[in-house]
Amino acid sequence: MTIPGAKQTSVGALVIALLIILPLIVNSGFALTVMSQTGIAIIFALAFNMLLGQGGMLSFGHAVYFGLAGYVTAHVMNGMANEDLPYMPVSLIPLVGGVAGLFFGILIGFVSTRRAGTAFAMISLGFAELATGLTLIIIFFFNGEEGVQTDRWVREEWFGITYGPDIQVYYLIAVWCVIAAIAMYLLTRTPFGRMSNAVRDNPERVQFIGYNTHRVRWLAFSLSSFFAGLAGALHAVNVEHVGFETVGLGQSAVILIMVYIGGTGHFAGPILGAILITLLNAYLSDISPAWYLYLGLIFVGMVMFAPGGLAGLIMMHDPIRRAAPHLLMRMAPAYAAAFGTSLVALVGCIGLVEMAYFLSTTVSRNTALILYGIALDAADFWPWLVCVALAAAGALGCSRTYPRLAESYGTAMHEARRAVAS
Amino acid sequence: MEVFVFSLFNGVLYGMLLFLLASGLTLIFSMMGVLNFAHASFFMLGAYFAYQISQPLGFWPALIAAPILVGVLGAAVERYALRPVHRFGHVAELLFTFGLAFVIEEVVQMIWGKVPVPYDVPPSLNVTAFAWQGLDYSVYRLFMLLISVGIFVALFFGLTRTRIGLIIRASLTHPHMVASLGHDVPKVFMWTFGVGCALAGVAGVIGGNVLGTEPGMAIQLGPIVFVVIVVGGLGSLGGALIASLLIGVLNNMAISYDFSLYPIFSLLGVEREAEGILADLVSLTTGAIAPLVPYLLLVLMLILRPRGLFGTRDV
Amino acid sequence: MTNAIEFSGVQKSFGNTEVIRGVDLAVEQGEIHAVIGPNGAGKSTLFNLVTGRYHVSRGRIELNGENITNRAPHDIFRKGLSRSFQVTNIFPRMSVFENVRCGVLWNLGYHYSFWHFVNRRRDLRERTESILEQTGLASRRNVPAGLLSYSDQRALEIAVTIAGGASVVLLDEPTSGMSSSETEQAVALIRDISATRTMVIVEHDMGVVFDLADRISVLVYGKVIATGTPEEIRSNAKVQEAYLGTEAA
Repeated sequence: MTIPGAKQTSVGALVIALLIILPLIVNSGFALTVMSQTGIAIIFALAFNMLLGQGGMLSFGHAVYFGLAGYVTAHVMNGMANEDLPYMPVSLIPLVGGVAGLFFGILIGFVSTRRAGTAFAMISLGFAELATGLTLIIIFFFNGEEGVQTDRWVREEWFGITYGPDIQVYYLIAVWCVIAAIAMYLLTRTPFGRMSNAVRDNPERVQFIGYNTHRVRWLAFSLSSFFAGLAGALHAVNVEHVGFETVGLGQSAVILIMVYIGGTGHFAGPILGAILITLLNAYLSDISPAWYLYLGLIFVGMVMFAPGGLAGLIMMHDPIRRAAPHLLMRMAPAYAAAFGTSLVALVGCIGLVEMAYFLSTTVSRNTALILYGIALDAADFWPWLVCVALAAAGALGCSRTYPRLAESYGTAMHEARRAVAS
Repeated sequence: MEVFVFSLFNGVLYGMLLFLLASGLTLIFSMMGVLNFAHASFFMLGAYFAYQISQPLGFWPALIAAPILVGVLGAAVERYALRPVHRFGHVAELLFTFGLAFVIEEVVQMIWGKVPVPYDVPPSLNVTAFAWQGLDYSVYRLFMLLISVGIFVALFFGLTRTRIGLIIRASLTHPHMVASLGHDVPKVFMWTFGVGCALAGVAGVIGGNVLGTEPGMAIQLGPIVFVVIVVGGLGSLGGALIASLLIGVLNNMAISYDFSLYPIFSLLGVEREAEGILADLVSLTTGAIAPLVPYLLLVLMLILRPRGLFGTRDV
Repeated sequence: MTNAIEFSGVQKSFGNTEVIRGVDLAVEQGEIHAVIGPNGAGKSTLFNLVTGRYHVSRGRIELNGENITNRAPHDIFRKGLSRSFQVTNIFPRMSVFENVRCGVLWNLGYHYSFWHFVNRRRDLRERTESILEQTGLASRRNVPAGLLSYSDQRALEIAVTIAGGASVVLLDEPTSGMSSSETEQAVALIRDISATRTMVIVEHDMGVVFDLADRISVLVYGKVIATGTPEEIRSNAKVQEAYLGTEAA
C-alpha cells in the first residue's frame, strides 16, 4: 500500500522545480514572455474546463470574466498608485481579480445557468457580445478602444520585489498558477465537484437525489469565474494594459479551442492544451499568416476524430502501459508509418495554403514566397504541382497507414486485456 | 412622421433579412437538434460567391447560382463532416460548427483577402423608387423586401401544403416514426441542412452588397441571429419571425431617432453635469446602444421568460 | 398516524388527453404497497406526479401529512421521498462506489460544500459501504457503472435510490427484464430494504407483487378501481374482469 497522494506530491514537486529552473535555462526576453503567457493561459484553461469538462457547460463567453477582472485590477492598481485606494501588495492583487470575476460570475451566472446545453451556449455568446459592446459605451470604466493602461510597479514589496523586471512577474504568475491549479484540482474532489460531474452526466437523476441542478451549475459557473478573474488579473499585471479584446469573442474562442485540443476529460488536458497552443501561437503566428486556419483545422479535426483531445489520445494507451509496457513498443512501427505519411500530406497541404495566402494578400509581385527555406514564385505552376502531388501521396498513404495503426492498437489492447485477465 | 415610416421600413427589411437566416437555423435546429454556429458563415459565403459570379456574369445569374452553391456545400458538410460527429452528441456538433465557422472565415481571407471586396448593388436596381420629404428609397431595397417576403411565403406554403413539408414537419417531432414509415431521415436531414444554408446564402446575395462583403461579416451578424432564435424560442419559426422583426425595427428606430437617454437618468435624479460612470450614461443616446439592443432584449427575455417567446421545449 | 403518501383527487392531462382521472390513494406507513394495472393505465405517470417530475393538473398529494403538490423534485426528495426509474438512470461514467456516494451526499448534510473532501469523510464512506453491502454490489465497487451487467445496474439503481435515507421509496418495475434467478435476488433485496421503509412498487410480474406486497392498488385507465390485501385483490370481481381476467385468458 502506498501513501495516499504520494504520486501527486512527487509530480507536484517535479513541476514546481521545473517552474523555478525554467527561466534560468531559457532566459531570453521573448521566452520569458511566452512562459508568463502560458502560466496565465493554464489558469484560464483550467477555469474554463470547470465549466466544459467538469460541468458540461459550453461557454462562448468566458473571457468576459477574465477581461472584466483585468479591468478591475488595472483600476485598483492605478487607484493604489494615486493613493485613492488603500495599498495592498501587488503579489496579492490576483485575489482582487478573482473576487471581481466571482462577482460578475454570480451576477451573470444566475441568469445564464438557468438553461443548460445549447441555450446556455447561446446565452454565453450574447453576454460576450454585450460586454464587448459596453466597452465602447462606458468610457469611464473601459476607456473605449484604447483600453486601460496601468503600472505594476506600485511599491517595493517583501524581499525588494518591485515587479519591475519581467522575471519577477514570471515567478508571480508561476506561484499563482500552482496555487490555482492545486485549488481547482482539490475542488474536483469535493461534494460540489462530484455533483458538478453528476449534473454533466445525468441532470435528471441529480434532481432525484436532492440537488437543484441550477444551483450546482450556478456554483460551478461562479467558482470558474473566480479563477478566470484570477487569470485576468495576472494578465493585467503582466502586460500592464487591458483592452476591449480581452472580454471579446476571440479571446473566449481561443480558450475554448485550447481546452478542447488539450482534452476536457482529464484534469491535465487543459494544461497540455494551454502550453501547446500558447507556444505554437507565439512561434508560428509570426512565420505563417495562415496560423489561425491551421488552428481551426486542428480543432475541427479533433472534434471529428479525437473528441477526448490530446489527453484522451494519450490516456487511450494507459491501460496498455499498465498491463504490458512492451506492447507499446510493438505499436511503434505502425505509429512511425502513420506519422511519416501524415508528414508528407502536411507538407503538401501547408505548401498549398501558404501559396494561396501569399497570392491573395501580397500586393507586390516582386517579393518571393519563402517556403520551407526555398524562395519560390507562388504564381508559378511547378510549386503547386509539387504540393498537390505531396498532399495526394500523403493522403493516399494515410488511408493505408491509419487503418493499420487502428488495427495495431486493437491488437495491443486485446493482449493487454488478456495479460490483465491471466 | 417620415422618419418613422422610413425607419419602420428599413427595420422590417433588416428584420426580414435576419429572418432569412433565422428560419434556416430554426429548421435545422428543430429537426436535428444542431445549432449551426456556422450559419452566418454560409451567409457570408453567399455574398462572396455572388460577388465572384457577378464579376463575369452579372447579378441575376449570381442570385440563382450562389444560393444553390451554398446549399450544395451545406449538404456536403452535413453528409461528410457533421453526420460522423452526431454520435458524440449535440455539444460536439455545436463545437464542430463553431470550428467550421472559424475555418470558413480563415479560408475566405485566404481566397479573397482581408479587405472588403467591391460587391455592389446592380446598377439597374440602384435607382430611386420613390422619394418622400427629401428621403430616397431605392428600388433595390424594395427588391430585397420582395425576395425575403417571397421566400417567407414559399417556406410557409412549402411546409404546410406540400408532401415534403409534411414529412419535414413530422421529422421535427417524430424522427423515428418517420424513419419507420420508410422515409430516409438522414437524407431529409441532409437536404434540410442544405436548404437552410441556401436560405442563408440568399440573404448573403441580397444583403452582402448593402451591408458590405468582408471576412468579418459572419461574426458580426451571427450572434444577432442566435439571439433571434433564443428570444423567439428555440425551434419556433413563428417566434423567429417575430423576434427578427422586433430586433430589426427596434434597431433601426434606435438609430434613426437617436434619442438622448438623459431623461431616463434625470428621472433617477442624475445631474447632467455628473461625473465618472454617470457622465457616460447621461451622454448616451439610443443610437449608441443600438448594437446592444439584441443582447439587452436577450437578457430581458431570460429574466422574464427563460423559454423565449414561443419556446415549447427546453434544450 | 398520518399516511406516508396520500393522493386526493389527483388529475393529470397531457393536452386534451386525461391520463390520471382523479386518483384517491393512501399508502400507509411501513407497508409495501404495489400498484398494478394494464399497460398505459398511468402507473409511471403517478410516480412522476408524486416525485415532482410532472406538473399535477388538479388535486393534492401529501407526504407524511405535508402538502408536496407540484414541488420541485429535489425539494420532495429532501422531504424524504426517493424513487428509482424503469429505465436505468444512473451516472454511467462514475464508478459504482461514486454513484452510491452521490446519492448519500445530500442526506449527510454535505449539500453544495466545496470545502470537504469526499475521500476523507468517514461518514460518507461508511454509509456508502453499508449500502453497497446491502445491495450486493461491494465486489463491483470500482467498476464504471456503464459497464455493469444489466441486473447489477438494476441493483445499483435501487442502491442510489435508497442511499439518501428516504423514508418512502418508490420503485418503478425493479425486476423488469430479469431472469427468474435474478428476480429472486431482487425480491430478497426489496424485502430486506423494506424493513425500515415505506415502499411503493410498480411491477408487472404478478408473482413478485403477490409475494411482496402488503397491499395492492389496481390502476385502470387513470383510476384506482380497487385497493386491498393480496387476497382481497385476488377475489375482487372488478379486478378479475378488468385485469386479471384478460391476462389469464
